[in-house]
Amino acid sequence: MSKQITIIGSGIAGMEAAAKFSEMGYSVILIEKENKMGGHVSKWHNVFPDYKPAKEIISKLKSTLTKNIKVFYETEIENVVALDGKYYLQLSNSQNIESEVVLITTGFELFNASKKEEYGFGIYENVITSANLEEKFNSGRPIKTSRDATPKRVAFIHCVGSRDEKAGNKYCSKVCCANAVKLAIETKQLLPDAEIYSFYMDLRMFDRYFEDLYFEAQSKYGIRFIRGRLSEACENPDGTIILKAEDTLSGKPLKMTVDMAVLMVGFTSSVKTIDLAAKFGISVDNDKFIKPLDNHLNLNITNQPGIFVAGACTGPKSIAETLADARSAAIQVINYLQSN
Amino acid sequence: MSKPNWGYKVQTDNQIDFDKNSRGLMLQILNIEPTFGNCIACGSCAGTCSAGNFTNFSLQRLNVQISRGETAKVASEIEKCMLCGKCTLVCPRGINTRNVIMAIKRVVQN
Repeated sequence: MSKQITIIGSGIAGMEAAAKFSEMGYSVILIEKENKMGGHVSKWHNVFPDYKPAKEIISKLKSTLTKNIKVFYETEIENVVALDGKYYLQLSNSQNIESEVVLITTGFELFNASKKEEYGFGIYENVITSANLEEKFNSGRPIKTSRDATPKRVAFIHCVGSRDEKAGNKYCSKVCCANAVKLAIETKQLLPDAEIYSFYMDLRMFDRYFEDLYFEAQSKYGIRFIRGRLSEACENPDGTIILKAEDTLSGKPLKMTVDMAVLMVGFTSSVKTIDLAAKFGISVDNDKFIKPLDNHLNLNITNQPGIFVAGACTGPKSIAETLADARSAAIQVINYLQSN
Repeated sequence: MSKPNWGYKVQTDNQIDFDKNSRGLMLQILNIEPTFGNCIACGSCAGTCSAGNFTNFSLQRLNVQISRGETAKVASEIEKCMLCGKCTLVCPRGINTRNVIMAIKRVVQN
């Protein structure tokens, strides 16, 4: 029985799985394309529903990676050869590794908001993404517009690049509703005099504590929700943004000037994951996320024996779901190794 | 002399102009009854409404209109309510709708 496992991607799913393998006495090779671990979560500020600092999650996960783990940073998979039940990976750092099992935890990419040209991201400076706002929070500096003014009115725009056939993504990205409400509350905390609005189609506050977050946003922070997808944004000469949407509860079009518009960008499958799936010969679904063997019992197993998946490379997931998925994958991988 | 009829007229704007509309009424009502802001537009209040059985009165719609500053018809609309209180019983967000209605009446009548 081989005691070595290869994990591709050291975001939170890769880190959690690696920790479980090392706890159970396996040695792990972790391959990471960036120069550090943590993936997207390492860029966030506080995470919903309890405003836990993302840094705390990353540092706790890192502290579990103590033994039998070798990490290759700034390394990608150049080529894959499957032979006699083993996978031979040729890495971009010119090393070759041999592994009976590979766990793919390559995650997702954020939707490129400039594809929704009518929202003006990349054209108007005061249209930013949720990721940009997290960076602003992380910087610790006061929230300002591009012209260094304190925003008096901020709008959050839901479903940017999600539930949108024109953007190529028909699915719901799942976490943005709760994240938008969390960001709106944090913005109100930093800018107590500002009016905060949220343009939504329907609020998918599905998980435990999410509805509490929504209630708190309305009752404690006075955040106002307007049902209607943003149709277009344009810029005034003073840099403020005019938003136009149908207020579907009033049955009338609505126009509003804001100092800053925040686009809640959704999940998309990463180009590199699709490329990697092709190299391993595993299937991707119509939404371009990796297709597990089935959607109930074999979420971490692919159509190729020995190739396992976990985390957001199989679709949008929250942090808690990603970590649970990684632990589930770890059990599947170990079962596979022990039965082979 | 009567005005000539040229066969066309100036259309009124159907758009909600958030920048021009005043949210003063909303803020006054929130001040009296803060739960007014907790509405999720589910329509339970309008669904159970005794007045709504016979007229087109809808507290849910009034809530939206007041929140958007579209207040022209609020004063006449609110008179349709019979204060039976069924909306308070059904509201899933715990909004004190009866007090909301009394607050609307008080503010619009002043």
